[in-house]
Amino acid sequence: MTVQISDTARPAAAGTSSGRSLRNLTYRPEAGALIGTLGVFVFFAIFGGTHFLASAGTAAWLNVAAELGIIALPVGLLMIAGELDLSVGSVLAASSMTMAIVSGYWGAPMILGIVLALGVGVTAGALNGLIVTRTNVPSFVVTLATLFGMAGLTLGLSRVITGTTSVALNPDPGSKAVFGTLIAGQFEVAILWWIVVALGVGWMLQMTKYGNWILAVGGDKESARAAGIPTNRLKIALYTGSGFGAALVGVIQTILYNGAQVANGQSFVFNSIIAVVVGGVLLTGGYGSVVGIVFGTLTFAIVNQGIYYTGWNSDWASFILGVLILAAVLMNNTFRRLALSHAPRSGKKA
Amino acid sequence: MTQPLLRLTDVGKSFVGTNALEDISLEVHAGQVLCLLGDNGAGKSTLIKILSGFHAPTSGTIEVDGQPVVFKSPRDVSAYGIATVHQFGGTFQLMSVGRSFFVGVEPTKGWGPFKRFDKGLAGEIAVREMQSLGITRVTDGKRLVGSLSGGERQALAIARAVYFGANILILDEPTAALGVKEATHVLRIIMQARAKGVAVIFVTHNVLHAMMVGDHFAVLIHGRKADDFHKGERTREQITDLMAGGEAMADLEAELAALEASAGSTGRS
Ligand SMILES: Nc1ncnc2c1ncn2[C@@H]1O[C@H](COP(=O)(O)OP(=O)(O)O)[C@@H](O)[C@H]1O
Ligand SMILES: [Mg+2]
Repeated sequence: MTVQISDTARPAAAGTSSGRSLRNLTYRPEAGALIGTLGVFVFFAIFGGTHFLASAGTAAWLNVAAELGIIALPVGLLMIAGELDLSVGSVLAASSMTMAIVSGYWGAPMILGIVLALGVGVTAGALNGLIVTRTNVPSFVVTLATLFGMAGLTLGLSRVITGTTSVALNPDPGSKAVFGTLIAGQFEVAILWWIVVALGVGWMLQMTKYGNWILAVGGDKESARAAGIPTNRLKIALYTGSGFGAALVGVIQTILYNGAQVANGQSFVFNSIIAVVVGGVLLTGGYGSVVGIVFGTLTFAIVNQGIYYTGWNSDWASFILGVLILAAVLMNNTFRRLALSHAPRSGKKA
Repeated sequence: MTQPLLRLTDVGKSFVGTNALEDISLEVHAGQVLCLLGDNGAGKSTLIKILSGFHAPTSGTIEVDGQPVVFKSPRDVSAYGIATVHQFGGTFQLMSVGRSFFVGVEPTKGWGPFKRFDKGLAGEIAVREMQSLGITRVTDGKRLVGSLSGGERQALAIARAVYFGANILILDEPTAALGVKEATHVLRIIMQARAKGVAVIFVTHNVLHAMMVGDHFAVLIHGRKADDFHKGERTREQITDLMAGGEAMADLEAELAALEASAGSTGRS
């Protein structure tokens, strides 16, 4: 009924293009995520005070967001395509240990360690994709298995080769500058990598036909295949991308912290899923956007770091995060229902 | 008569334990509507799955344009100009009208690494094609498919099939979930496709809808073709009785009449 009423008022209301675009925003997957990010930012700006808003505070959450974001973006693409990847934690550990052992323990050139580390990530990703598409076992189970399998393999091989579970590395200035510098002494260079990855992934999802394939496969796999989309090859490619993202963060962390540990990276398993879901991606696939995933990542990072600026006991961080996830998902559901029940106003009369 | 576009000869399909279809022979001609009638479990969906490449028949032959064919996959089938609109029409609920219209055949613009999916054009064409089928309320290609009404979704799927050159269109219960007005519109769209020379296979258990658009009818019962007739050769009662299993309807009517009579004598006083 409210639609009827606003119909008569439309000529005046639709006159401003900003009013129209604001209304159209509510029909987009990132609508809820944007509100979430603004909400937590304002919340911690109030309770965290000037320290949170100072450059050190900003760097703290941006750095967390950057590393998480590089993994969450390809994981998000997979989730839009209807698949999960839990293995990113172990892929990160395996690639960073590979790099530390090759270039640190064995002293090979840094570039060789980087290439091999990324190669480990790509191989692990492709393997996930092959197993998921060949066996039809749910990807939750497959990648849970590779998460544990690769963690064990990394631990075992590291101990056999080096006798320890943590290996130091002394990166050359070139690699340090590209992967592990702190810009202005605070901001990780990973932020720039995150921007590059976001632009690339965003271009692909929004602007190319492959993006359309990803949405279609996640929406309905059988219909997508019937429409001629090579669903298996697409999924293997997406898993490969997710492996690459995890390995890239592995390389970044290893160079930034001058070494690697076998236990690195496990926090990314759930955090990436949280960022993606808070970002408005539908867990069952077929709906989501890169802008949303970026906002979801920022929201997670702000909550994760903001708590330290409030002076409250940081024990509460997880509690706040839990409440936030639930609130974000409920909000995203509301916006999705809105998008499904009304047409965006294009200004033209039907 | 002219050569049929599609001919099935003694097609059968057995799943482990059950024979879902036995000895089905059908012909579908260009510019005609074949109505496939049958109660739930009669085997209609199984037949459609065979014709859309999801199942391989266990026996019998399929000919397209007089040439025997073996469908290897759903994609293979579309190469023969056969398009299937499954129940509820279109399945990409959360995609925009323009995006879903061109899934797998996206129009692109630009060059080399900057080649991109022309979403504007996709939306325009999708809206235009739906309008040509009389759907005037959809004017924005960015609308989500899930926000369309059931009839609009059927129209979108049919428009897509016709746009990409389908000459055999299979519709699975396209009017089942619709109100009277929308169902009428979908029937009109079926007649439009027929007028364009498309051969339509219209699956339904609504005898009235079938009789409004059908040129040729086939009734399936328990996986077998129980009857096969042309327009005007059977009355509505005959078809309904046949679908319900012979005399069942007449029996039911007599029973209901008896009930009414007894209710009239006791309840109304
Ligand atoms: N994949 C399958 N495996 C085993 N039996 C099936 C399968 N698909 C359909 N059937 C059986 O085949 C018969 C016909 O079903 P169906 O074609 O779905 O009927 P309709 O669409 O006319 O309601 C039913 O008895 C059904 O149980
Ligand atoms: Mg059925």
